[in-house]
Amino acid sequence: MHYRLIAPKTAYCLLILSFVAFSKSSSAQDGKALFQSNCASCHNPVRVVIGPALKGVTDRVPDNKLLHSWIKNNQTVLKSGNKYFTDLYNQYSKVPMNTFPGLTDPDIDAILKYVNSYTVATPGNNGTPTATESDSTLLYGILTIILAVIMLTLLQVNSNLKKLSDDKEGIPSAEPIPFYRNKAYITLLILVLFVIGGYFLVEGAIGLGRNKGYQPVQPIFYSHKVHAGTNQISCLYCHGGAWESKQASVPSLNICMNCHAAINEYKGDKIYREDGSEVNGTEEIQKLYSYTGYDPKSGKYTQAGRPIEWIKIHNLPDYVFFSHAQHIRAGKVQCQTCHGPIQQMSEVRQFADLSMSWCVNCHRTTKVDFPDSAGNTGNKFYNIYEKFHKELKPGDSITVEKIGGTECQKCHY
Amino acid sequence: MSDKKYWQTFGDRTGSEAFQKSSENEFPEELPMEGLGGKGILDAKHPRRDFLKYLGFSTAAAMLAASCETPVRKVIPYVNKPEDLVPGVANYYATTYISGGDVVPVVAKVRDGRPIKIEGNELSAITRGGTSAKVQASVLDLYDTGRLPYPVQIVDGKPQEVSTFDAFDKLASDALGALNGAPLVLLTSTLTSPTTKEIIATFLSKYPGSKHVQYDADSFTGILLANEATYGKRAIPSYQFDKANVIVSLGADFLGTWLSPVEFARQYAQGRKITEINPVLSKHYQFESLLSLTGGNADERIVHRPSETAAIALALFAELGGQVSVGALDEKTKAGVKKAAKDLLDNKGNALVVSGSNNVNVQIIVNAINEAIGAGGTTINWSAPIQWRQGIDREFNSLVTDMDAGKVGAMLIYGVNPAYTYFDADKFKSALKKVKATISFNDRLDETSELCHYIIPAPHYLESWGDTEPKAGYYSLLQPTIAPLFKTRPFEDSLLKWSGSAGTHEEYVRQYWIKKSGSLEEYQKALQNGVVEPAASSASQATSYNGSKVSDAATALSTIKKGDKLELVLYQTIAAGMGDHANNPWLLEMPDPITRANWDNYVIVSPKFAKETWDIDIGKQRQADKYEVHPEKPVVKVTLGQKSVSLPTLIIPGIQDDTVGIALGYGRSSADKDNTASYIGRAVVGVGQNVFPFALFNGSSFEFYASEVTVEKTADTYKIAQVQTHNSYQGRTEVVKEITLADFKKSPDQVPEGRNEELKSFGGVKNYREQGTLYSAYDKPGIKWGMSIDMNSCVGCGACVIACHAENNVPVVGKSEVLRYHDMHWIRIDRYFSGNPDEASSIQTVFQPMLCQHCDNAPCENVCPVSATTHSSEGLNQMAYNRCIGTRYCANNCPFKVRRFNWADYTGSDSFPDNQRQVLDDSVMMMNDDLSRMVLNPDVTVRSRGVMEKCSFCVQRLQEGKLKAKKENRPLKDMADVRTACQQACPTEAIVFGNAGDGESLITKTREEHQQRVFYALEELHVLPNVNYLAKIRNTDVIEGVEKKEGSGEMAEPPVKS
Repeated sequence: MHYRLIAPKTAYCLLILSFVAFSKSSSAQDGKALFQSNCASCHNPVRVVIGPALKGVTDRVPDNKLLHSWIKNNQTVLKSGNKYFTDLYNQYSKVPMNTFPGLTDPDIDAILKYVNSYTVATPGNNGTPTATESDSTLLYGILTIILAVIMLTLLQVNSNLKKLSDDKEGIPSAEPIPFYRNKAYITLLILVLFVIGGYFLVEGAIGLGRNKGYQPVQPIFYSHKVHAGTNQISCLYCHGGAWESKQASVPSLNICMNCHAAINEYKGDKIYREDGSEVNGTEEIQKLYSYTGYDPKSGKYTQAGRPIEWIKIHNLPDYVFFSHAQHIRAGKVQCQTCHGPIQQMSEVRQFADLSMSWCVNCHRTTKVDFPDSAGNTGNKFYNIYEKFHKELKPGDSITVEKIGGTECQKCHY
Repeated sequence: MSDKKYWQTFGDRTGSEAFQKSSENEFPEELPMEGLGGKGILDAKHPRRDFLKYLGFSTAAAMLAASCETPVRKVIPYVNKPEDLVPGVANYYATTYISGGDVVPVVAKVRDGRPIKIEGNELSAITRGGTSAKVQASVLDLYDTGRLPYPVQIVDGKPQEVSTFDAFDKLASDALGALNGAPLVLLTSTLTSPTTKEIIATFLSKYPGSKHVQYDADSFTGILLANEATYGKRAIPSYQFDKANVIVSLGADFLGTWLSPVEFARQYAQGRKITEINPVLSKHYQFESLLSLTGGNADERIVHRPSETAAIALALFAELGGQVSVGALDEKTKAGVKKAAKDLLDNKGNALVVSGSNNVNVQIIVNAINEAIGAGGTTINWSAPIQWRQGIDREFNSLVTDMDAGKVGAMLIYGVNPAYTYFDADKFKSALKKVKATISFNDRLDETSELCHYIIPAPHYLESWGDTEPKAGYYSLLQPTIAPLFKTRPFEDSLLKWSGSAGTHEEYVRQYWIKKSGSLEEYQKALQNGVVEPAASSASQATSYNGSKVSDAATALSTIKKGDKLELVLYQTIAAGMGDHANNPWLLEMPDPITRANWDNYVIVSPKFAKETWDIDIGKQRQADKYEVHPEKPVVKVTLGQKSVSLPTLIIPGIQDDTVGIALGYGRSSADKDNTASYIGRAVVGVGQNVFPFALFNGSSFEFYASEVTVEKTADTYKIAQVQTHNSYQGRTEVVKEITLADFKKSPDQVPEGRNEELKSFGGVKNYREQGTLYSAYDKPGIKWGMSIDMNSCVGCGACVIACHAENNVPVVGKSEVLRYHDMHWIRIDRYFSGNPDEASSIQTVFQPMLCQHCDNAPCENVCPVSATTHSSEGLNQMAYNRCIGTRYCANNCPFKVRRFNWADYTGSDSFPDNQRQVLDDSVMMMNDDLSRMVLNPDVTVRSRGVMEKCSFCVQRLQEGKLKAKKENRPLKDMADVRTACQQACPTEAIVFGNAGDGESLITKTREEHQQRVFYALEELHVLPNVNYLAKIRNTDVIEGVEKKEGSGEMAEPPVKS
């Protein structure tokens, strides 16, 4: 009789345990992501890029309020004549810093926290936060197993004790059944396998067609790190379509040749492939010449050009309409928000999984660029949402979701 | 509101059982359960266990096959990107639609190098951005698989490719050089291009004795010669229907097919737009034998025998004071003529009479009538004559005689197909064989070209440079929107080459226009605008009239005897015309506005004819059902002299009792029928019969009627695909609202009052939205899209239907699928009859464009089990195809029947073409050819099998318009930023669309200005549509309806129960 009782209990315990083990802690406002989407194009925590290295900035500027107002709108701070910042401004050849009116105080705190806690990642271990996350999963996993073993032992002990006491009281007990024929254990095993199998099946099915991290070998080793990172070429110089069109589009070869007609060898820092082998930049430029039919010696196009067949990395299904112009120009979203730290990638890989939940989550949290009452900032298109303007505080905004940004036919038609 | 009874079909009218049964199911098909034969399901031919076995196996196999890898996709940029091209952004180029003599200034939308949509050019004073179904469909002709891809010569009856143009030039010049002085004839359709005419003149001067003959299948010789006789000008004036308070049409289908329907429809609608402040309507009388689109829009229709046309013209002239003798007419016709004449006289100077007859004498009388009512200089404008019909029939007729006599040495044929359109095609064919050298420039191996020696196809207008002068002083230019798809060469290039001139037509046009406009910059500006027109449209001018020929004409006409046997009218349909776009599946599948049938031509007969021939009384339920419920229609053999044709019949109310009609433009076929698919096109195979042989030549012009035909019954039946026998409203009545002008003036508020009365229990119209439902109301915080359709302006031409096809990748399903009610049109134009079918003149017709109403309380949305259709905060009823699992609940629950289900893989999105073969018609397969698929709009998903689809309010255009405003940092402007495809295509501006949440938008203003006419279809259901209609006001004394006690016993039964 008591065997029957054990089964549901055990199953229930195991189920709960497995949920504990597999559920991931939902990440709060992520300083790293904010840093990468807003700051990383000019700053590195430990290295001077365009702007200074940011680690320890809170020590250098102890006045937290001042630091916040500098990050939000550095121009007003400069105008007020703060000496530290004026010196800094002059030191960095008077290149003005972007303003970030959209960042809230908790956002900035999160960024600063991330910057201060930043440690240089050792090669092969990309970014510490992911490591801690996987650590905790492992920890939970081990804990689950230990608890499961203890529980099973206790159950066994319990049943043995019960049997002993029954024997003592003279209650006849059933013939002992070997554990592999024990229905309770079999049911338990099936249940566990079902839950585990189901989990992986669902995860796998959801992941079908998603290619996060996809990093194919391209016909030319084109390094975004060299172009967008080191040389600070604006993304829109090559991907001008992003400003006008739904497609950012890969630049045509004549755009490459705007610069490379003059730049025919690579003299910068060494560049490496993902596998660690070194790339000869000059050879890659020669490949471009062979595609365009350009003869660098004579400076003339001696042969007919042929297009480069790049391998497409970011693929959306046909039934998804995505417009770069909407996001870059109207939404003022940074390229890095979706494409990751592209300026650090020698070879481009898919940064986001481009899943619908990923899109929708961003639409749920991103604020619309509402115009202020004077019409100086923001997009006047949104004047149409009178109702919200009446309800909102000046300068405040609402999320994309509130104006229908998560409705089906915003993307599917 | 009258108790008017509208009906779409006879069964609808009588409320028959079979009709009710057939309208009960949205999808009336039974499940195909094979071979059960009363046995258990396990003994079936395909038992369930087998089914499960196959299902399991195929699922496993598919998983194995599919679970491998994501395919690698390439992205290939330009080597040198053209400066003005941004991938993903459409460019618009002004150009000109030309076909035969027809000219419509258009703007071509070019997306990534491919023209995918034609829109009207709003800068044109002639059309003001209006288009027609044919213009909209012409973009598909560019990607027609039936086009001849390279120059050929016919060797032993078979076409052989000529490898280069040089080789072709050699062949041609050898042939033309061996003429030995025999004359050369250039046979073309009407040409309006000034440069082409110059080039032709230069070319002909090299060949003494040669001449240029223009031949129009759709001939207007009657008017041209009549004007020559009375005005001294062989030309056609501009008609101004907008200035006419009274319009009398003697059989001219000027809204559908006559002369310049796009222009006339726009003008006509000017006089039909009515507001409460200014309740004025033009009055339109239509005298005709069949029921044309124009007749359907008329205020008063008087039907008559075709042979009475002349007598009616004479009677009208006599009533207006003409001294002519009038033949016998029956009382009703006489009364109609009298009434029309009185109105014409009352509106002297603001009236217009047009006639569709091609008889010179009839047109002379019409000219005399127009003089009598002061039309010259007001509604008839001689300052800018229309130039798109110049062909004189007797010139062509004598040319055929010359050819037959061997007097023609060489013949160059461009843009005409007399071997098909000439009434005596056999004579033309044999005469053509007697011409030593024949060269065709037609775009395919059509009936004429296949008889020629050499064929060098000319490019499509979207691939060409050129210019046109549709009206004197009004120019419209052509520029290519895509590099030629095939090895084609413009006709003018060949002429230039063969006349020894250097250069191409493109250069010629450029030189000509730089000279004409003054500079290259001016020419480029003209190209950008597409049109060059006088700054202000010239005031209407009269011209000197000479009535000396009138009495002769009257005498000649009085000899025409009124027929007493069955008569035949050969008419044009909007889609087929004269058969010039025969291989265009969009047009073939477009339902005829009146008969609602597609993919075929047929004999249309009156109810009386049906009663006499098959004893089918469509007023009686059972007999109507016998005829109507099944697509198999009885076939008749129509005989005229030696010629006969067997065609199925359709019973159409409103056509004259002793008249039958057959549409021209069908039955294209190569000499060897097996070649039709490859020579003319895959879609034309088996489509209708050719009835051009039934036309006649009266000595000076072709006429398209016969006063004595015999019609014999046969035992055969033939299936006709019709679209309006399903999609029934189940007797719910408040779909159409119609009042007479007098009623409207007397009590202008009757529509809103009627609505209030009906919704009284919910607090009237005002509170209906909140109080008519248990659900809470949802806010529309920003944009709220809305559409208004003016039923007074809508003439039912169907341009919107084709525009929707092109814009939204709506698939063609083919005849076999239409027969199964699987048609896919997102917008349909419902046609309602009212009146007594036994009395043709009493039939009144209403056209109502019906599309997804985007209900705010949509019944389709809350029955979807997977939330594939939901409502947006902008008021759109959204359809997410990738979510739809195809339960079809939504379509069943839609009261407007506007949802369409993809029963098969019409668009070829399935990667296994074998899944479509044998299931779909070849014409559908043709649409899946790589070439045809170039017409697809890349911004709209191509739907696959098993999903529901419907009108999206062109959401891709709305999103684009919103983005445009955002990019420019400004509020949305509805007319500049967002227009739906149907709205843009409409020649009459019947459709208004915009943001109803914006107080300044056109849609808000329209709804406010027309409060007296605004109504919503099926408003009482509380579905809260975002599409409103404006009630139709008819300028007539009575709105025809079925009176309850009229007719036979069965008729007295109540109509369909709701």
